Amino acid sequence: MRKFTIAALALAAVASFAVSAPAATRDTVRLGMVLEPPVLDPTVSPASAIREIVTNNLLEGLTRITADGSIKPALAQSWTVSPNGLVYTFKLHTGVRYHDGSPFSSADVVYSLRRAMDPAAANPGRNLFRAIDKVEAPDPATATITLKYPFATLPYVLAIGDSSIVSEKTVANNRTNPVGTGPFKFSRWVKGDRVELIKADTYRDKDKIKLNRTVFRFIPDPNAVVNALLAGDLDAFPLGVPAEAIAQFKKDKRFKVSIGMTEGETILAINNAKKPFDDLRVRRALSLAVDRHAIIDGVMSGYGAPIGSHFSPLHPAYIDLTGVYPHDPAKAKALLAEAGHPNGFQVTLRLPPPQYARKGGEVIAAQLAKVGIQAKLEPLEWAQWLDQVLARKDYDLTIISHTEALDYDRYGRDNYYWNYAGNKDVAAMVERADREINPAERNGILQEIQKRLALDAVNVFMFQLPKIAVWRANLVGLWENSPSPSNDLTDVYWK
Amino acid sequence: MNAAAIAVGRFFRYGNFAIGVALSGLVVLTALVSFVWTPHSAIDIEIVDKFKPMSATHWFGTDHFGRDVLSLIMVGARNSIAVGIIAVSASVTLGTALGLFASARRGWVEEIVMRLSDLAFAFPAVLTAIMITALWGPSVINAILAIAIFNVPVFARVTRGAANAVWAREYILAARAAGKGGLRITVEHVLPNILNVLIVQATIQFALAVLAEAALSYLGLGAQPPLPSWGRMLRDAQSYLYTAPEQAIYPGIAIAIAVLGLNLLGDGLRDAFDPKLARKR
Repeated sequence: MRKFTIAALALAAVASFAVSAPAATRDTVRLGMVLEPPVLDPTVSPASAIREIVTNNLLEGLTRITADGSIKPALAQSWTVSPNGLVYTFKLHTGVRYHDGSPFSSADVVYSLRRAMDPAAANPGRNLFRAIDKVEAPDPATATITLKYPFATLPYVLAIGDSSIVSEKTVANNRTNPVGTGPFKFSRWVKGDRVELIKADTYRDKDKIKLNRTVFRFIPDPNAVVNALLAGDLDAFPLGVPAEAIAQFKKDKRFKVSIGMTEGETILAINNAKKPFDDLRVRRALSLAVDRHAIIDGVMSGYGAPIGSHFSPLHPAYIDLTGVYPHDPAKAKALLAEAGHPNGFQVTLRLPPPQYARKGGEVIAAQLAKVGIQAKLEPLEWAQWLDQVLARKDYDLTIISHTEALDYDRYGRDNYYWNYAGNKDVAAMVERADREINPAERNGILQEIQKRLALDAVNVFMFQLPKIAVWRANLVGLWENSPSPSNDLTDVYWK
Repeated sequence: MNAAAIAVGRFFRYGNFAIGVALSGLVVLTALVSFVWTPHSAIDIEIVDKFKPMSATHWFGTDHFGRDVLSLIMVGARNSIAVGIIAVSASVTLGTALGLFASARRGWVEEIVMRLSDLAFAFPAVLTAIMITALWGPSVINAILAIAIFNVPVFARVTRGAANAVWAREYILAARAAGKGGLRITVEHVLPNILNVLIVQATIQFALAVLAEAALSYLGLGAQPPLPSWGRMLRDAQSYLYTAPEQAIYPGIAIAIAVLGLNLLGDGLRDAFDPKLARKR
């Protein structure tokens, strides 16, 4: 009898634990990501992984991008534009404090944006601030931005991670211990494993935030991602769930599958300065040799829209240029022969960890082999890729997705990793588009840019990266589309 | 023990050996045939043909990139055997030399060689491979290197143990008395007398090397695409376990056949070389 009682008690204890355990975790959400950020400061590094963690959660801009892509006020309560479109006046929230308790004021806006524009500070998005003439703070609750020419994209630019508002006091440590004004503050970063954020008591709308703790875990291996979700070690994987696992999750009632769009133009990037890729015919041959549909089908299980230039199909100015280089291996071979490579040549294809790159590399290597180009595959870790390919431009070919919206301006930059020779022309076109107030005229210029990039075959434009996400069915508020890299947790809660 | 039981025991002994020879032979034959003929290309990717079921044109169907699975298995056998042979040969050469040297010199030389072996032994093959690939990047060569490094102390130990026993024999004393030097005794008397032990050990390590290669390729540290390898086929198949479970079976069976065959072969060889041991069992 006594034995029975003990057993019953034990059973009751187990049962009560089983019931109470999920309730105890209801204010925590554990998100998985493929890539680990190199640092946690988006104002010094272009990696999307940084923005996926900190933007809108830890750091804020004057404005914010919302789930549907619209721009809403953030640190600015509201803003007005002067009739000539040159002066933006931002009315700031008052009483805002940083996570370290220090007050936020317009001086921080001036400091952050001036720093972002300063070449010495090496902000990855510095070119985005090209239209800004000066930033001023007439009083602590007001900031003004004066433009060189009307630039309608400004509120969008101020919303992305590159324009995050930071405090001069803490900026030096933001790489590893970021301090911002957002709803979540930095807790800890276990390198190689996870970043943890906790709810910030200093946040102005803290009562609206339902989560107390968020964990971002880094899992590059696709099989491990699926297993972690199935085992309940993760509550959500918002970007890059292996496409081949989707069928499985769709049948499982515990999960919600969401297939949305990102702004990620996925490209086979070419080092334009390196022989033989300095020859337009060779680059065109690459574009003709690659079969986009086979890649989308074989690597993404059919998810993803083909693109013919560096431009999102979601934008009204988009034109379909996939027909400029249809899949035509015979023509590719002829062009290679004309360029003096009748027997092809050898190249190295460097692959960062995401599946679209690792698996895509296998398919592309096979497609290039059919026109005589022998591509040696070289898998790189994320930090290696950022250093060797993006920073040092030490590569022939690589596969990557450019996830920011309206990032065609990168083709106008000096010294960008593609080493594109036509960048001055594109920069001029970009500025023309910036200055154009008439939307129809402006879209016309954006179409000119798309055509130019396609004709110059700067890169092989493959497909728009889908946002293949899986999360727990009772988790609410995550973004279905990704208008900009961010996992905004402001409105996320457990049902 | 009656005669029938002995006969059954003998059958199992030699039967196992025969099975070992047959399975290992099958793997080697498959690898050799793949040099001159495979049903389809093992490299060409035809996405439209992905996940075709078994048929007359594709005996084992096709994989996620539309490649013929049988062709991949055949060329993969080549990779497994090549890695095994090269890695084991390298480690036999180096390990045996070290073991013989240690045994001939004894004293502090033996101590140092053996403690260094212990040190190398303390690192599992996978860890060694991860260290090597971190330095030089993942490739077949580095996988071979890792497996070879892992195997050197195995052969050093076995050689030294067997050689020490030989050195204590009277005919060695006789050879010494005849004025032969250490090197000459090692080559003329010690090595021939421990060769059987080495052959058995090499066969067993070969099986382990095939397994290690598959493990490294599975982890992405071995053969790089487009070179087919059984381990990577398994890894690729894992992502499709839900939609195409048969993909994991073929490379799995191939690895099992090779490893089982080589192990049985090794056991059989040991029995043949060492009748005493065989009788004891």
